[in-house]
Amino acid sequence: MDSTLAQTWLRAVAAAVDHRQQELTELDAAIGDGDHGSNLHRGFTAVLPAIEGLDSAGAVLTKAGSTLISKVGGASGPLYGKAFRAMGGTLTEGGDFGAALAAGLAAIEKLGGAAPGDKTIVDAWAPALAAFERTGSYADAAAAAEQGALDTVPLQARKGRASYLGPRSVGHQDPGATSTALILRALADSAPG
Amino acid sequence: MKKLINTPETVLADALAGFRAAHPELSVDQENRVITRAGRPAAPKVALVSGGGSGHEPLHAGFVGPGMLDTACPGEVFTSPVPDQLLAAAQAVHSGAGVLFVVKNYTGDVLNFELAAELAAEEGIEVRTVLVNDDVAVEDSTWTAGRRGTGATVLVEKIAGALAERGADLDRVAALGDRVNAASRSFAIALTAATVPAAGKPGFDLPEDEIEVGVGIHGEPGRRREPLRPAAELAAEVVDTILADHHLTAGDEVIALLNGLGGTPLIELYVVYGAVADRLAERGIRIARNLVGNYVTSLDMAGFSLTLTKADPELLELWDAPVTTPALRWS
Repeated sequence: MDSTLAQTWLRAVAAAVDHRQQELTELDAAIGDGDHGSNLHRGFTAVLPAIEGLDSAGAVLTKAGSTLISKVGGASGPLYGKAFRAMGGTLTEGGDFGAALAAGLAAIEKLGGAAPGDKTIVDAWAPALAAFERTGSYADAAAAAEQGALDTVPLQARKGRASYLGPRSVGHQDPGATSTALILRALADSAPG
Repeated sequence: MKKLINTPETVLADALAGFRAAHPELSVDQENRVITRAGRPAAPKVALVSGGGSGHEPLHAGFVGPGMLDTACPGEVFTSPVPDQLLAAAQAVHSGAGVLFVVKNYTGDVLNFELAAELAAEEGIEVRTVLVNDDVAVEDSTWTAGRRGTGATVLVEKIAGALAERGADLDRVAALGDRVNAASRSFAIALTAATVPAAGKPGFDLPEDEIEVGVGIHGEPGRRREPLRPAAELAAEVVDTILADHHLTAGDEVIALLNGLGGTPLIELYVVYGAVADRLAERGIRIARNLVGNYVTSLDMAGFSLTLTKADPELLELWDAPVTTPALRWS
């Protein structure tokens, strides 16, 4: 990944979040508190000017992560912020994108304490990582994340605000897993070929 | 949605501008979204920093002032503040005796305060955290994010704030905050859902004759839905639910906070308070001090929460200590 792709990716994420803000908020209103769309919109809107002129993908993703931590709040700000910072750091150290995705997942799991099946971001990120490690394809990673997000519907939440609903969280798609799928779809759409 | 706002995007900025106009005795940093007492303390004192999503007013900004908080950080509506904001707040009030973060146990609050504590430590500021988790509606902490922090936040801030005002060190103030939290339990019932301005509609649909039992303070639904019943029955159920967890016994004294969630008329809160007092009296538990009113709200949600804190002479004395804030003041 070079700086151009990293910037194109984040612009695509910002556009997708803008387009699907209402959907993310409605998913969150069902089992959380109804601010996921507006929070990510605020964060990725702030990311765009912050990453202008940066000349490596590592620097772009690291700066994006710092900006998300500074602007988003809630749980998603620290989680996505730390994930993007971890991805950026890995790329800066010469790691490939698979290693970066793995570092992003590790950061999310460490900070949030969630495991697969808890009905969180992890349920989209982990299958995306597995798919990317298998095929090296951004499109496969995006498709796996989308399936992972759909697969959260029957799960009972064990982390985050949705966990307070207990069995009543079953039957709703997790907003965090959904935004992860959106982020990875934006990458697949941004990558050449 | 029918609300007294300009735009959903500017609710917090507009509210802070109004808060600044209403409370010239406090300092409002619009850019960092930090509210502090005016002036530095004469001698180093432990600084109490609190914060959380907006929509819970008067929590937290309404409790900034002598005898309680040194500073508060309002986040976006129902969204925790960000680490930069909390760091700016800690820096603004740190006077050499360390900083106590008062954090409600919600994932977003916990994560952002954790990151802020790391940043503050890098700046050489000693930080301790009191995690408030008093909500007995969350039964099984193994499979959830743990008990939420709700009404006990007011008691922790008031009582720990009074001790800090007397010059106690950070360890003692933090330990007392933990003790107040451990002595407190809360439970809430909602008659209506809250409407987040950015969402534009109520967080959940509730039929006219049903209530949500065991709600938090963010518009999230409760642990179950039940038919509406007379207030006395609801009050008794809330008391019994708390007592089932709290192990209070006849002869104990409590501080009782009967809290409106933002959309409840005071007349209804007093109806409920009367029933709460009766039920506790039946169990031989004496209400030593009380507060009835809106202290930890959930925007326009109708309903109430009850917090019972087991009292002892030290807690009562600190509770009675003078406090001068927008929402709580006595001398």
